[in-house]
Amino acid sequence: MILTVKDLHVSYKNRKKNSLKYDEKEVLKGLEFSIDENEIVGLVGESGCGKSTLAKALLGLIKSKSGEINLNCKHPQMVFQDPYSSLNPKKRISFILEEPLKNLTDMTSEERRKKAEWILGEVGLDKEYLDRYPSELSGGQRQRVCIAQSMILGSDFLIMDEPVSALDVTIQAQVLELIRELKIKHKLSILFISHDLRVVYSLCDKVMILKDGLIVEQGDRDKIYRNPQHEYTKKLLKSAGITI
Amino acid sequence: MNKGKKNINLILGLILAGIAIIPALVGIFWTPYSTEAMDVSLKLSAPDMRHLLGCDNYGRDILSRLMAGSKITLIIGIGTVFFGCSIGTMVGALTGYYGGLIDNVLMRVNDVLFSFPSILLAMVFVSLTGAGNLQLVIALGIAFIPSYARVVRAEFIRNKNMDYVMAARLAGASNLRIIFVHILPNTIKVLVSSILIGFNNAVLAEAGLSFLGIGVKPPEASLGSMLSDAQTYLFSRPSMVVYPGVALILMILGIALISKEIK
Repeated sequence: MILTVKDLHVSYKNRKKNSLKYDEKEVLKGLEFSIDENEIVGLVGESGCGKSTLAKALLGLIKSKSGEINLNCKHPQMVFQDPYSSLNPKKRISFILEEPLKNLTDMTSEERRKKAEWILGEVGLDKEYLDRYPSELSGGQRQRVCIAQSMILGSDFLIMDEPVSALDVTIQAQVLELIRELKIKHKLSILFISHDLRVVYSLCDKVMILKDGLIVEQGDRDKIYRNPQHEYTKKLLKSAGITI
Repeated sequence: MNKGKKNINLILGLILAGIAIIPALVGIFWTPYSTEAMDVSLKLSAPDMRHLLGCDNYGRDILSRLMAGSKITLIIGIGTVFFGCSIGTMVGALTGYYGGLIDNVLMRVNDVLFSFPSILLAMVFVSLTGAGNLQLVIALGIAFIPSYARVVRAEFIRNKNMDYVMAARLAGASNLRIIFVHILPNTIKVLVSSILIGFNNAVLAEAGLSFLGIGVKPPEASLGSMLSDAQTYLFSRPSMVVYPGVALILMILGIALISKEIK
């Protein structure tokens, strides 16, 4: 198991205007799941159900209220939804790719440069892109750079938050294919967050359905798509027009 | 606005600012006559070949004083912007990024500073420390801190929740590294235009203070003190008012046109 989550609760505190009292809103209400090595797990749910909160809690960017997160990976990384805001517009691609190495390893600048060239090749981009700025890249190329940045430390657990939903359909297919290849080649475990059931079906090994901060159903992809148990899953599949 | 019109503004701004600033730059190294040498025989003399713009009420060469005065005004303007902008940026960056208590405390101090007219604040400061170029820079600089702090703070609040900042955090960057290496370069665009506007305000404020006699110490020339000297002769020798006045207008109009384009 690369990730085990037990009874995870996360809540946000909002202070009411002109009051000292805090308003507590529970977003995740006791999640239990695990992710195996070399496995892509799809997390499906409508917006506002707590998907991104779960991602942030797993990465330690927000504190959980109670529960356990056991992650066997030193530097978990994330690929964001919008490739236009997830790359610093004022920095060259080489800076963006080398940033994790600069902060977290003792590599020399030559080693970093070499590694950046290599990882760029892994995501299917030429090394000449290293000296470009994000504004000179297309959406698909930007997302490839984001994937490269998340992989450059050699982390084997990645969270991808709707990585293809901002791209157009042909580019979507290419990026999904890339993720599939990288997963096999580098033995990655991925938590793949999406609202698109077709994308999840084409990519994931397991599926979790999240609704209002609770996992209503989880299991192998085929089992869930063929034989959904929960009403909400059935509704989702029906509205996506998927019948298997 | 189409592109051709934009360029006209920019070119016009550069030309106007150039006319005002180039003599000032030359004035750093060379002026035709000493700015303080008085010659009573030349008192209020009309322009001729030796004194291209004539002489003032003490018989000093006006062209030389204009060059030296523009230089002082320019230096004080730049110094003020540098002082106010560096501290204001620091305050804005920290408050915008961290938020919470530090934000509340510093921004309330900022509001208090902001609620006084900056020139009034500078007058109070100068009256406490005495006149002088450095005191003037510090006084105006402090008075201009709040405007920069606000601009930078707003940019930091807008940027700090963007995905690239979260990516930097996941990449192991420390808070200070995120503030200065990742976010600060993204505020430059907004900062540059407020620097140019701030420069104009500083030039005006310097001229105002020197006009009132609490800025640059006589006999040193600045555009404001020249205007102040000239007011007695407003009707007998109007050109004494016109030269520094025009220099001031050219400098401010030029910079204003440039900053409009950069926006």
